Amino acid sequence: MFKSKSSKLALILFLAMSMLLAACGKGEKASTGGSSKNALEQIKDKGKIVIGVKYDTRLFGLKNPTSGEVEGFDIDISKELAKAILGDEKKVEFKEVTSKTRIPMLNNGDIDAIVATMTISEERKKEVDFSDVYFMAGQSLLVKKGSPIKGLKDLKKGTKVLAVKGSTSAINIREKAPEATVLEYENYTEAFTALKSGQGDALTTDDAILYGMVDQDPKYQLVGGTFTEEPYGIAVKKGNKELVDAINDALKKMKESGKYDEIKNKWIKTN
Amino acid sequence: MIDFSILIDNWDTYLEGFKNTIFASLIGLVGSFVIGVIVAVMRIAPIKPLNWIGTVYVEFIRNIPLLIIAFFFYVGLPAIGVTLPGFVAGTIALSIYTASFIAEAIRAGIQSVPKGQMEAARSSGLTYLQAMRLIILPQAIKIVIPPIGNQFINLVKNSSILGMIAGLDLMYFGDIVSSHTFVTFDVYIFVALFYLVLTIPLSLGVGYLEKRLARSH
Repeated sequence: MFKSKSSKLALILFLAMSMLLAACGKGEKASTGGSSKNALEQIKDKGKIVIGVKYDTRLFGLKNPTSGEVEGFDIDISKELAKAILGDEKKVEFKEVTSKTRIPMLNNGDIDAIVATMTISEERKKEVDFSDVYFMAGQSLLVKKGSPIKGLKDLKKGTKVLAVKGSTSAINIREKAPEATVLEYENYTEAFTALKSGQGDALTTDDAILYGMVDQDPKYQLVGGTFTEEPYGIAVKKGNKELVDAINDALKKMKESGKYDEIKNKWIKTN
Repeated sequence: MIDFSILIDNWDTYLEGFKNTIFASLIGLVGSFVIGVIVAVMRIAPIKPLNWIGTVYVEFIRNIPLLIIAFFFYVGLPAIGVTLPGFVAGTIALSIYTASFIAEAIRAGIQSVPKGQMEAARSSGLTYLQAMRLIILPQAIKIVIPPIGNQFINLVKNSSILGMIAGLDLMYFGDIVSSHTFVTFDVYIFVALFYLVLTIPLSLGVGYLEKRLARSH
């Protein structure tokens, strides 16, 4: 009896290991294969660029439930990129990403670029290549109006600060307010719902995203100004210099032509 | 191959999550079993209103996704002034959800004992409760152990729901390790191994009990 059980166990382990190997093998192939053509040429061959954007971030990338379209600053920038690279702003396909899924999706080849409120950081530069800064945000705090929290210094022991898994703000807040408890959620909607339900005292992320939440529910407000600089960049798979250059070129032209300011003023209204 | 440095570098984080997953599972095991037995008794007791309550419970709870029940306890209850931390809300949701399946397993087990046994017991002078305790339940227990064991295994795995509502369990910390290291696959492989540490002994234990009870029959 014992013998049969241990052999069963061995079989289970064997299966687990072989699945593991198969999966690893696949991952390696995906990253080394297809190097004969660079990413920019591949995009031109396909005739469309696949861009990972947020679907839950008001003002940047939000799926409009009535029209089914995603809308926001990141979306308009992506369309302009498609226009610059492929000559037509309709030649862009959007895929939903979250802070957690965007780098794995980029490295798997599911998307060609990330335009998803993504902060350029040294750590991320090891994983992906970034374009020039396309938006300068800063981390801030969102609280209910009338909250005793006025800024970073009020985040004391026992204060619950809500953040999103995989975001730089979750890492930053642990350094800036080491005494506070940080709770992390899947996305901004869930984090904001948790704040509204009283599961936390403050929500932290980039001011640009917090403005979107205030836009949705004016009972909340930003406090304490910004305490970090969050330069947003467009990320592509590592080693795709041609694509990065093409994106930087497009961004530069957008700024020169005034199109960039037009898009920015359309979405972001700082007070 | 797998990068073991991830496990080593984040050992404390994994362990913290593992500990909370064990707590949630243990509380869930006891909680869901107690609620499950009560609901099962309600469903088969010879009192009509109790039957209805039991049926409504089972049909309502087991047909709703666990995630929604968890969200209800986490972000729904605060609307009526009850704010529960993620761990508590998640563990309650887990117990209530699993209880509906356990109740069904127990009911099916009891009802699979031939009707004649109850009739014979009652006609030989035993009360309903005595007949239940002395004749029906000892037979039913053997039938219900495998399905209940399966539900317990499901419960341990389903405890990963805590990760969605900041319940500080294995899944929650797995997500955090993954988002800080930018490694997806390896991180979750280790999460899976931690779950196996809990579920495989549980699985073997159920198998052992099943065999022992079958022999004593």
